Amino acid sequence: MKQVFTRPESLKDVATHFCPGCHHGSVHRLVAEALDEFGIRSQTIGVASVGCSVFLYGYFDVDVIEAPHGRAPAVATGAKRARPDRVVFTYQGDGDLAAIGMSEIIHAANRGEDITVIFVNNTTYGMTGGQMAPTTLPGQKTSTSPYGRDVSKDGSPFKMAELLSNLDGVAFSARVALNSPKNVLNAKKMIKTAFRYQVEKKGFSFIEALASCPTNWGMNPLDANQRVTDEMIPYFPLGVYKNTANL
Amino acid sequence: MQYTSVEKIFVKGNEAVAMAAIEVGCRCYFGYPITPQSDIPEYLSRELPGLGGEFIQAESEIGAINMLLGASATGVRAMTSSSGPGISLKQEGISYMAGSELPGVIVDIMRAGPGLGGIDASQADYWQATKGGGHGGYRIIVLAPASVQEMYDLTMLAFDLSDIYRMPAMVLADSVVGQMKESVTPNLRPQTVLPKKEWVVRGRAEGTPQNVVKSLYLGDGEMEAFHWKMQARYKELADNECRWEEVQTSDAELIVTAFGSTSRIAKTAVAMAREAGMKVGLMRPITLFPFPKKTYAALSERCKLFLDIELSTGQMIDDVRLSVARDVDVAFYGRPPGAGSLPTPEELFEQIKKNYRARA
Repeated sequence: MKQVFTRPESLKDVATHFCPGCHHGSVHRLVAEALDEFGIRSQTIGVASVGCSVFLYGYFDVDVIEAPHGRAPAVATGAKRARPDRVVFTYQGDGDLAAIGMSEIIHAANRGEDITVIFVNNTTYGMTGGQMAPTTLPGQKTSTSPYGRDVSKDGSPFKMAELLSNLDGVAFSARVALNSPKNVLNAKKMIKTAFRYQVEKKGFSFIEALASCPTNWGMNPLDANQRVTDEMIPYFPLGVYKNTANL
Repeated sequence: MQYTSVEKIFVKGNEAVAMAAIEVGCRCYFGYPITPQSDIPEYLSRELPGLGGEFIQAESEIGAINMLLGASATGVRAMTSSSGPGISLKQEGISYMAGSELPGVIVDIMRAGPGLGGIDASQADYWQATKGGGHGGYRIIVLAPASVQEMYDLTMLAFDLSDIYRMPAMVLADSVVGQMKESVTPNLRPQTVLPKKEWVVRGRAEGTPQNVVKSLYLGDGEMEAFHWKMQARYKELADNECRWEEVQTSDAELIVTAFGSTSRIAKTAVAMAREAGMKVGLMRPITLFPFPKKTYAALSERCKLFLDIELSTGQMIDDVRLSVARDVDVAFYGRPPGAGSLPTPEELFEQIKKNYRARA
């Protein structure tokens, strides 16, 4: 019998701590598939961030550095400059990357560091209990925006894939989602392209993955999935914002 | 730059730090401009590229310390440098490095504070350096050079101790030593036996275990076990690595104690006291962590009067008092740092005379 579906080698055979319906697991799998398909697992260094993504080393069978909150792009910069022969990626959430770590991501991107950044945007701080994030949608209620995000006071959500694409140092920037088979297949293609940029030493690559967080949104997994379609994608349009080498 | 001779050179303290870092194999530097240490990044930005090294002027002190964390995690020798305001920003990263058992060298050319303070010499960051300046309860190795030669030698030592004990190491100096030019013998890299870095992240090749550099411990008893392990390491450091300089302490009835630039001035004042027939000595700790407690304890068995002198309102004096015998008087003379507050040898001589006369 031919086996047509199996666990990627780059993922460990363990259960994750992620909540039912959370998209982190899907993103993990797609990143692991990309590492497998390029045959780079043994050369890869992952940089974990603070939040639900901190347990990267528990799931990926690669060497990992745990970075302070928001600092993953600076940690990855140090690792990549010291070991330019390695594949270095960061995996960060929206609070980590677009709030406390905004300086680190902007400057690593602007320097054109030869790294890949996987940015998981679920419009909230997952690990700490659903507080308002820099990507929380206008009017969205969270545990620290109980009356809904007020853009006149809190500002508007950051559109990171677009913002970073404006920097000369960025080679590839795309936004994907994981809420339908079609979107997952496209996300797979985009994540693979992001790693291809690094493998071929063509510059900084960035993936923004729209993800659900049923627990902190107070929704069941199906409704949370639907929210990605109904509310997130209209505000954060999917697509490739920069592809300098046409990979 | 490889030194094949031991001919003397005439350089600034900050340059000596940079030269020693290169000599000892540091090829990655990450920093941010701040007075009075900018000679270090300037020197390394010029020299490292030609040596196949990496120099990054980071977006912030926070960026720089985290680049150091990332580079050190891969096993290379790496360094950052700064001064008070920047060192404060680096504390987050230093805490993570300590928690992740990462080596790495941090040079602190102290300036007056708090806040923006001033660019003049200061010793008021002793507590920040030696007591674990960030969160969580940890220590780092702290070395206090008092000359340009020591800026060179202790920078080398910082890299070795940091690698051996898997802890960040700090060279704690100030603008007097950093900006002063003196002759230096650029010693060759010491032949230290260094442990193999089995723990580094390098890509998980077939047959090798997964290496993770992290500071998160959630399991029952894991965090406590980490702390006990580090306490044992600090004890090992204290047992094996304390360094100090004693001047004429054997018959001293008063021992002046000071570190770094202030100890230079104190040493002149001690010589003046000897000239005047007073039995005065000097105890200068070179390692501030580990603090040479046993030496203070031994000295205080015989000499019952110490005079602690600092360019601050008194920080190291806490460690001196905790180290000496209980029946010892520890007098203090210090001035807050800032433009014009560096004491003169005559001023310290007056303090020695005053205390010497009043001794029991």
